[in-house]
Amino acid sequence: MAGVSVGSMTAMLSTLTAPLAALGAACLNTLKEFGRVAIFFVRGVLGIFSLPLQIAKFVNQVSIIGARSVLVICLTGAFTGMVLGLQGYYTLVKFGAQGMLGAAVALSLIREMGPVLTAIMITARAGSAMSAEIGIMRISEEIDALKTMDINPIRFLVSPRIVAAVISFPLLTAIFDVIGILGGYLSGSVLLGLSSGIFFSRVESSVEMQDVTGGFIKSVVFALVVATISCYQGYYTHTRAEGFGAKGVSSSTTSAVVICCVMILVTDYIMTSFLL
Amino acid sequence: MSEPFIRIDKLSKSFGENHVIRGVDLDINRGEILTLIGKSGVGKSILLKLLINLIEPDSGRILFEGRPLDALTKAERKAFQKKMSYVFQGTALLDSLTVFENIALPLQERRGASREEIRRRVREKLQQLDLVDIEEKYPSQLSGGMKKRVALARALVTEPEVVLFDEPTTGLDPIRKHAVHRLITDYQKKFGFTAVLVSHEIPDVFYISQRIAMIDEGRIVFAGTPEELRQSANPVVRQFVDAARFDVNPAGEFNICPRVEGP
Repeated sequence: MAGVSVGSMTAMLSTLTAPLAALGAACLNTLKEFGRVAIFFVRGVLGIFSLPLQIAKFVNQVSIIGARSVLVICLTGAFTGMVLGLQGYYTLVKFGAQGMLGAAVALSLIREMGPVLTAIMITARAGSAMSAEIGIMRISEEIDALKTMDINPIRFLVSPRIVAAVISFPLLTAIFDVIGILGGYLSGSVLLGLSSGIFFSRVESSVEMQDVTGGFIKSVVFALVVATISCYQGYYTHTRAEGFGAKGVSSSTTSAVVICCVMILVTDYIMTSFLL
Repeated sequence: MSEPFIRIDKLSKSFGENHVIRGVDLDINRGEILTLIGKSGVGKSILLKLLINLIEPDSGRILFEGRPLDALTKAERKAFQKKMSYVFQGTALLDSLTVFENIALPLQERRGASREEIRRRVREKLQQLDLVDIEEKYPSQLSGGMKKRVALARALVTEPEVVLFDEPTTGLDPIRKHAVHRLITDYQKKFGFTAVLVSHEIPDVFYISQRIAMIDEGRIVFAGTPEELRQSANPVVRQFVDAARFDVNPAGEFNICPRVEGP
């Protein structure tokens, strides 16, 4: 040790601890980001209740996020239910339990697939649009213009989208569930010959209010996650390191979709573990 | 001596290593039209954004009627903000709203004005700015000059006390440019607002400005009347003014005087 100087020891130590320091910095940055998103969300929620209420904007956003997503939700719901009917039938028939198909399809849809797939589809259709629209408003100084007019941009842009998402997500999830069950009936009963009476009696006897409530709670939480993250990504487009202008908008839209999808699955797992 | 309406006191702003504003001191008097001139990229627009609080300064302060803005209460600051308007260089009109909705927006978001009142005021501004039959059009359907005038209408519709114009006439034809300058002076006389203009329209802006301030390398290198500017011996001012090729005619008015180059 006598031949090793203090300087070289320090350099060696810092080399060894560099990965740890980088990990620490990444953790701190992630925590900071979570904090910023949380503050953004709280400001968005407070904006909902500040007077005068923005009823016209709420209705307009329900139309954009909710009404215009009905077709895509019906399509995905129908095919998801049909696939569940097919897969479920051929699996259950091995155990002579094909009579349980109605229960399997209904419970899978109402508890899990309905809320999750609806949220992912709305993220793809409306979440990306929210992020891109707000991002373009940011880079074209429209958000700055709102500030100069003494208009709170978060209240003006984010609050109506949060309200619309909270209203639209559970309704679209309900549509997805109903269409999905009908899809399951189509493939299980109409195509594969399972008695429709057995199918629907199993649906009726297996689904409890708790299942519906659980799915409803999930869809509301997903609504808050998707609206907040999508708006946040667009709102801070100008601070992105990956690029400015159109490149920044494309990057923030991509991030919005990816982060929303991941967060939907993460929060779904957490909520399921509490709800079961 | 009375307190200036707005005082900028040793204001500085940097973006990373780029020191855009370096200790700017400037007084803005109530009811005057002050024009900021200077080369492109010297921080004129940044100074306007600092004034309207779109950007936070690194150091220094802005005093409004003798009181620093950071000492104002939230309500006082909001009241100050309501007295100001800003005309963006790139217009910053909301693309998803029609011309009517854009101009009406600041009125709709402030409680107090009825629908009829809003409609009347918006139409009045549209008429004054020669913007007829475009109420239902979207900004993307307008020419650059029209967009400028719509942005101007949006800034003036609230009848503010201070209006900050960031190159309000860039891209306009000479007739429209003259109309906008006349509109600024007419409104200023009518409502007595204070205007701060960033402009490269030399010597046109000298006709409408009571004072001119020149920024160079992030500092104010000159502040005075257009006449004082013309007589200034400051080499930076001289270089800028000479490049604009203007002179004064025997009647004491500024006019464009193209310089013949070469032998």
